[in-house]
Parts: sequence; structure tokens; C-alpha cells
Amino acid sequence: MSTSKNPAVGERIVHKVFPPISRHMLALYCGASGDHNPIHVDIDFAKKAGYPDVFSHGMLVMALLGQALTDAVPPPRLRSFSTRFVAITQLGAELTCEGHVAELVEQDGERCAKLALTTKDQNGEVKLAGEAIIKI
Amino acid sequence: MVDHSVAGRALTPVTAQVEPGRLRFFRETTGERNPVYSDAGAARAAGYAAMPVPPTYLFCLEMMDAEQAFEFLDILGADLSQVLHGEQSFTYRAPVMVGDTLRFEPRIGTVTDKKGGAMTLAVVETRVTNQHGVHVADCSRTVVVLNKVTA
Repeated sequence: MSTSKNPAVGERIVHKVFPPISRHMLALYCGASGDHNPIHVDIDFAKKAGYPDVFSHGMLVMALLGQALTDAVPPPRLRSFSTRFVAITQLGAELTCEGHVAELVEQDGERCAKLALTTKDQNGEVKLAGEAIIKI
Repeated sequence: MVDHSVAGRALTPVTAQVEPGRLRFFRETTGERNPVYSDAGAARAAGYAAMPVPPTYLFCLEMMDAEQAFEFLDILGADLSQVLHGEQSFTYRAPVMVGDTLRFEPRIGTVTDKKGGAMTLAVVETRVTNQHGVHVADCSRTVVVLNKVTA
């Protein structure tokens, strides 16, 4: 998107690989986001809730997807951004974010592209499946 | 089980400031290095009057400045150990920038049981306006409540 003015359906315009999710990152995100749910930082709490360990905030993973998105698409063009949290993102996950042009649409009188977005871990397991509408 | 009559109920509105220091903490945590978010000149070149916020930051602002960040759990009758975040969406209507004061007005949307009542999906819809009364965004979160099995 940073280059082509008229993206083609099927074109991949978002692609970014992130370093592994660490406990340190989860602790920082707890403070930075205001989401103090202990399940993401306190292993005792997580185990009591039936999980083997702490796991990532879904919104941290969505923040990374959003980062990949606006690396490729200037933020003023972003009209909407949504995701489903398909699976829990575990510690150590090495996430790859991708976005392809799914279709070209008209919305509120603007020519837009609908992007299909995914975040996968190093095993190819889908963690987030989302969508963005961008003005073209 | 979640009481379905809570659908439509308003939660306490939240007023949040877009403060540069807190925003820097978020950028550093997520490794956000796009200059549009950190450099006033780059922001102006992109058409903003001041540095904008990254796409998911509205969610953080609402939680950080809420007096009870998990008020929706009390309304749903659930605790933190039995909920997951199912879906999240943002619709952007006008820029949100450093220096803005935002008002978040959340309410409970639909409440739907799934898997024979093993889980309940509750939607929290939030309208966001700025200090000029401009409707800047709408946020929607779907909370998955894993219902406790009662013998």
C-alpha cells in the first residue's frame, strides 16, 4: 500500500515478523495497557484458573497486528480494524502478521480495500483472524 | 450463567487523557517505531495536527482511566478466571491525537449463550467522543464467559 495506489485482489500488502512473546513483554503490557488481569502475568493465578502458564493479552497480539498494518498503510487511511481471537497466544510465540487484499469496496462514498488479516505463530497456527477497511 | 436482562445496560462513562508519556510506554512495549506516532513533524506530514494514537490504543485508554476497569464482569456476574476476549473491533471516524480528552460511553450489547450454555458471548459497545464533541470512534469487544458447571 505504501507503493501501489491501486492494490489488486489477492495482493499481500502487510507482512511483519515479531520477536518471541516474553514474560517481560507481558509485564510491561500489563502496565502500558491498563489491563491488569493477573492471568497474563501471575503464574499462580493462571494455574488456579486451569492454564499451564500465563499467556498473552489478546490485545497485545492485536496491537502487533495493528503495527504491521500501519507500517504498510498510512494511518489516516484506516477506516476500521477488527479481529477474532482464534486461539490463545502462548509465551515464546514468534508471530507473523499478514494482510491480503480480499476485495475492493465502496464505503461511505470512498473507494476502499478490504484486507484479510492473520496472525500466526511459528507453527503456522492462526491466533488472530481479522479484517481492515482502508481508503485507497 | 449470565443474566440476559443486562443487555442494553450502560456502564459508567470514562474520561481519558491522551498523555504523551503513557503513549510512549505503549510504543516501547510493543516495539512501535513508526515515526508518525512519535515525531510531530512526521505526524504533520501525514496530515495530523498532533501525533495520533496507534490503532488499538483506544482500548487501553478506556481501561487505564476507568475507575473499575472490570465493571462489565460485575454486571455479567463473572470473574477474571473465567473470561476470554473473543473479538474486538474499532471503527475510526476522526483522528485521535496526543492532547485529546476522550469520553468513552460503554454499554452492554447482545448477550448470547453458546454450546448449550457452556459459554456466553457478551458484547460491550463503546462510543468515543473527543473534547470538541466529535464522535471519533466506536469500539466493540466480545467477551467470552466460560460458565461454571453446576452439578
